[in-house]
Amino acid sequence: MTVTTALPSFDEAIATYEPVMGMEVHVELGTATKMFCGCSTTFGGEPNSQVCPVCLGLPGSLPVVNEIAVESAIRIGLALNCSIAEWCRFARKNYFYPDMPKNFQTSQYDEPIAFDGYMDVVADGVEYRIGIERAHMEEDTGKSLHVGGATGRIHGASHSLLDYNRSGIPLIEIVTKPIEVPAEVAPAVARAYVTELRELIRALGVSEARMELGQLRCDANVSLRLPGAAYGTRTETKNVNSLRSVERAVTYEIRRQASVLSSGGTIVQETRHWHEDTGETTSGRVKEEAEDYRYFPEPDLVPIAPSREWVDELRATLPEPPSVRRARLQEAWGFTDLEMRDVVNAGALSLVFDTVAAGATAGGAKKWWLGEVARVANERGVALEDAGISVADVARVEVLIGEGALNDKLARQVVEGVLAGEGTPDEVVAARGLAVVSDDSALGAAVDDAIAAQPDVADKIRAGNLGAVGALIGAIMKATKGQADAKRARELILERLQS
Amino acid sequence: MPSISREEVAHLAHLARLDLAPDELDHLAGQLDQILGAVAQVTEVAADDIPPTSHALPLTNVFRADEPRPCLTPESVLAAAPAAEDGRFRVPQILGEEQ
Repeated sequence: MTVTTALPSFDEAIATYEPVMGMEVHVELGTATKMFCGCSTTFGGEPNSQVCPVCLGLPGSLPVVNEIAVESAIRIGLALNCSIAEWCRFARKNYFYPDMPKNFQTSQYDEPIAFDGYMDVVADGVEYRIGIERAHMEEDTGKSLHVGGATGRIHGASHSLLDYNRSGIPLIEIVTKPIEVPAEVAPAVARAYVTELRELIRALGVSEARMELGQLRCDANVSLRLPGAAYGTRTETKNVNSLRSVERAVTYEIRRQASVLSSGGTIVQETRHWHEDTGETTSGRVKEEAEDYRYFPEPDLVPIAPSREWVDELRATLPEPPSVRRARLQEAWGFTDLEMRDVVNAGALSLVFDTVAAGATAGGAKKWWLGEVARVANERGVALEDAGISVADVARVEVLIGEGALNDKLARQVVEGVLAGEGTPDEVVAARGLAVVSDDSALGAAVDDAIAAQPDVADKIRAGNLGAVGALIGAIMKATKGQADAKRARELILERLQS
Repeated sequence: MPSISREEVAHLAHLARLDLAPDELDHLAGQLDQILGAVAQVTEVAADDIPPTSHALPLTNVFRADEPRPCLTPESVLAAAPAAEDGRFRVPQILGEEQ
């Protein structure tokens, strides 16, 4: 169902209603094998080539828990300031849908491994504490392909095809407590939360947490209420798979619910699907109640009882919290708050860090990743790290600039060439003939020509007006097609006119 | 008073995607009631000093190292499927969901 009537603006919506949000994030762990069996988790294998009797739910097969997955779950819990259960079990979540061949998902119900924590996030310069209700272990589902309908959608499909390679890959589901922040920042806080969580997961090294690959998936629960009233009915928007979408989906759902409520309607508790292209959510299924899943303790798995020694050992492996690391790096790099925020929002923190470690200046690394590379990545719809240029390449370009072998304009062409698949920076320089002209004989002729062509400018410089030098350098750049070493050209001009 | 109502059985049938006729519902409601009654007898012998358990073995922390093991081949996997297409399990139209 698409809403056809005009929605109120976000500002109109929050003039009347207060939003309450709840975020559910699923993180696919980067373990080598699945949660309950030894099948490989490598992405992109031939369909149904990474399956076994356990993850296919064949009769008589028995699951065994992946120790690294439990370790990762505990570390995530600790990093989110959670308590770690002294004893907990898995549970069967029963539902009939072909993405799980067992007809149930092995999950955790009332005994999550981690509970009652928090994470601090910053939105628009203000810090908000987001309560963490729980983090629990479960398994991913298989992938469905719907055939015969329009654009692969289930609606109108004649049948569906299932690949169970993903079925059983370890997932950690992280659920917040109700998030009640000032309405005007609610969408930004939702985004900041997912951004911060992604950084944390990456810092822990438990997953690459790449949203475009489905390694981090977000469901956004939103409800509205009149100020001071009880919580309203919530909807759960699924398929929110980029940071920008988190903010947009929450904003849209606030507007849509305000529209329904202000026209006297009621909100239906349901699952809604986010559509990146239209920027809208549409109604999915009416959500089944928890009791409809008929959860019960998983009889094929024994309880997990992490010893305090084990938990302390894992606590000692926690990395520096992302906020602390950011503050430290911001100072080392000399970035303003705004510059740092841009880097973080672009998901480029680690890239900039690695590029600096490879020899670039922080400002230079930031400029390329957030400029030229981001532009191309955006055009191609891929992540920065997949745009076609490596950390080493960006660092090399910066080193060449530092050595005076490239100026800014030429460096831009080199980066363009690397992104276009023309090879390493040095190969692009050689192939395109992009070296800076700094040898005095070649440059000297261009300097002489420029002085001869603009005698009035030359006179100004002779009279001590150094601001006029730029005009001559501009002419020299033009004559050398941007390949002149500007610094050397300036020196040559001054040598000629100030002696 | 039966321990499970006919309505509850109808609801369970819906969740299990089973299309049961009225006489089948009557029949199964009666049978399920008997099964629940039999299981309920266990609670009569459970004394206060016997803790509830969900597992027959008094074990915790049975783990597996995160090391890949051989998988089945797609051919053998799909040979057991009622229908297959493009290397995938083929299932009938899924109703009642829009994604």
